Amino acid sequence: MAGCARGEKKDIETITVWHWMSDREEAFQALAKQFEKDVKIKVRFELYAPSEIYSQRIKASAQTNTLPDIYGILGEKRDFASFIKSGYVVNLAETLDKKEGVVAWKDTLFEKALSVNEFLPGNEYGVAPGIYGIPLDVTTIQMVYNKRLYREAGLDPEAPPETWDEFVAHCQVLKSKGIPRFVSGFGEIWMIDALASNFAMNIMGEEKVFDTYAGKVPYTDPDWVKLFSVFQQMATEDILVQGAVTMVNKTAEQTFANERAAYAFNGSWGVNVYKGMNPKLDYGAMIPPKITNLHPMKIWGGAGGSFVVNNQSYRRANAIRFLIWLTMDEQQAFLATATENLPANKNTLKQISPILAQFGDDMDNAVHPNTYPVHELPAVTEAFDKGIQSILIGERTPEQVAAEVQRIKEKELRKTK
Amino acid sequence: MNLQRIRNFAGNYIFILPAFLLFFTFSLYPYFNMFYLSVTNWDGISSSVTLVGLENFKDIFSDNAVFWLSMKNAGVITFLALTVQNFLALTLAFLCDRDIKGGNIYRVIFYLPPVLSGIVVALIWNWIYDGNYGLLNHFLTMIGLGDLSRAWTSDPKTALFAVAVIHMWKGFGWGFVILLAGLQSIPRELYEAARVDGASGWVVFKNITAPLMIPVFILVSILTILGTMQIFDIIYATTGGGPGYHTEVPITRIYAMMIGSSKFGYACAMGVIFGVVLLIISMVQIRVSKMMRQV
Repeated sequence: MAGCARGEKKDIETITVWHWMSDREEAFQALAKQFEKDVKIKVRFELYAPSEIYSQRIKASAQTNTLPDIYGILGEKRDFASFIKSGYVVNLAETLDKKEGVVAWKDTLFEKALSVNEFLPGNEYGVAPGIYGIPLDVTTIQMVYNKRLYREAGLDPEAPPETWDEFVAHCQVLKSKGIPRFVSGFGEIWMIDALASNFAMNIMGEEKVFDTYAGKVPYTDPDWVKLFSVFQQMATEDILVQGAVTMVNKTAEQTFANERAAYAFNGSWGVNVYKGMNPKLDYGAMIPPKITNLHPMKIWGGAGGSFVVNNQSYRRANAIRFLIWLTMDEQQAFLATATENLPANKNTLKQISPILAQFGDDMDNAVHPNTYPVHELPAVTEAFDKGIQSILIGERTPEQVAAEVQRIKEKELRKTK
Repeated sequence: MNLQRIRNFAGNYIFILPAFLLFFTFSLYPYFNMFYLSVTNWDGISSSVTLVGLENFKDIFSDNAVFWLSMKNAGVITFLALTVQNFLALTLAFLCDRDIKGGNIYRVIFYLPPVLSGIVVALIWNWIYDGNYGLLNHFLTMIGLGDLSRAWTSDPKTALFAVAVIHMWKGFGWGFVILLAGLQSIPRELYEAARVDGASGWVVFKNITAPLMIPVFILVSILTILGTMQIFDIIYATTGGGPGYHTEVPITRIYAMMIGSSKFGYACAMGVIFGVVLLIISMVQIRVSKMMRQV
């Protein structure tokens, strides 16, 4: 029985959904009303934001078995696995294969978005194979650039930099015109992790990155030192705006929206954020500049927000029914236009704005950390990201950071053995 | 034991039972549960918990330099709060203790920062400290000290002091109110008698004000130390512990371990160690205060 609704006597059939997406709250409420009208089942969306607070609430509720009928699991894949192994998540694989009309539910959704919630046979967490979550939308994290500032600097607004050298050259032109260059919420260290992993995939390729996570390649390898050196160059060339190292992403978004930086590293959710902050902002999306031509530049992308169904809920059949309804063409089109997010449903891509379509175009280059065959240990990730912060403030060299990350890696590996 | 005595005895316990139940549920049980969790490797979600003995404690003491750095950072902020913040609070309390015009308005103004939310205060100061368009840099440029301008919370040389200033700005009002109440409780006759005897301001402070204020000083310093060592919200909303580890404090480390890394057991062990450190500090303070009273 879903604990959160135990005390309800009036609306025992009401489906409760907990979410963290404050920008989508209004649209969710409208969809809840529509579902009640169409299917005669009440849905109550409850917002708990920001995402850290939401994560804590979900974990605390899991500890007391009071999770709602539908909820989302934020954080890393091992957290997702813990929820599943504790019996709090329904395996939706069979339901996804069933045909709703002429096509299976699974076939209406982007494969990359679904794969984020998938556990393959023999996965490192020992979770039974299956698909445990339904994506609501699709997200990519890449770069955006301000076309007006580009024009002001005498640069071609339709030709953003494709290589790192071009990027540095463009930054020098922008600097000579007194235009602040690059902003990102590097105070939230996962943003550093996202950009660094893009560069790492480009410098050494996926295989070598995964081998490093598996402990087969040390962080002191020249390719990793090269990656750290890119951030050192960012510092020495004065590419980042002042204060970006401790800036939260919301402030970084404000900085870009207010035209106080020519570039930003941000997710496709930024389209909605920028629209709200500065509707006249003239900008384009771009892939982070390539460091080498040896390997493709991979960006983070896949499911944006996903919902899971509580396996302890006696309303789980209706909860699944609601998720099927929510991912149908009409509802997805409504969500995409109301919240300026890329839809998870393939059939609704035509209805999105041109700038959002630019983000969507790069989906082929997207990988999601949840789909990696092997994952880095949290303590190593923290040392890696904090190490890059210390390079950006000029406190440590790439070699020093590489050595420190490797030391932490070896220590953590010893513990796991 | 006769029936009446049993009734009286039981009656007493029945009266304290609700308070005890509340205290047990919300204080004692979580406290002892934290000790239990500190010797496990629980991830905060799973129903299964594995005992790891003192492994977490061993790791914290032998190989967690960041935790001890965070303790040092909290110590630096606490030292600044004990000295600068409380000196400011005492000075303002002295000024407001006199019959000055609009005294109540000043009291309200000085007491305003402590009642504001830590997050709100942090956001205001983020704007002041902003490296590109911040008020502080603008002011420095205006007075010809533009060379000093920087991103105050991102520069490793200034980040810790920048968050300490925010904490002190937010916290001095508490000390001010308590110190002012202490000053006002000193009988005025003592001051009048001292003046009649020709005592200077410093002599009056040294021989009347300071000795009578010792219990208040002790209270303020205990509250300052315990409150500052547990600083979290301001750091969380300004630097997130960065740049690097320059503004990490014990609670941000515990939070990162618990929420970021899902190492509940390890985070509880950090919490136990931190709690013991605070307990030792409090005990030392109480001991020192007793000695000072005897002097």
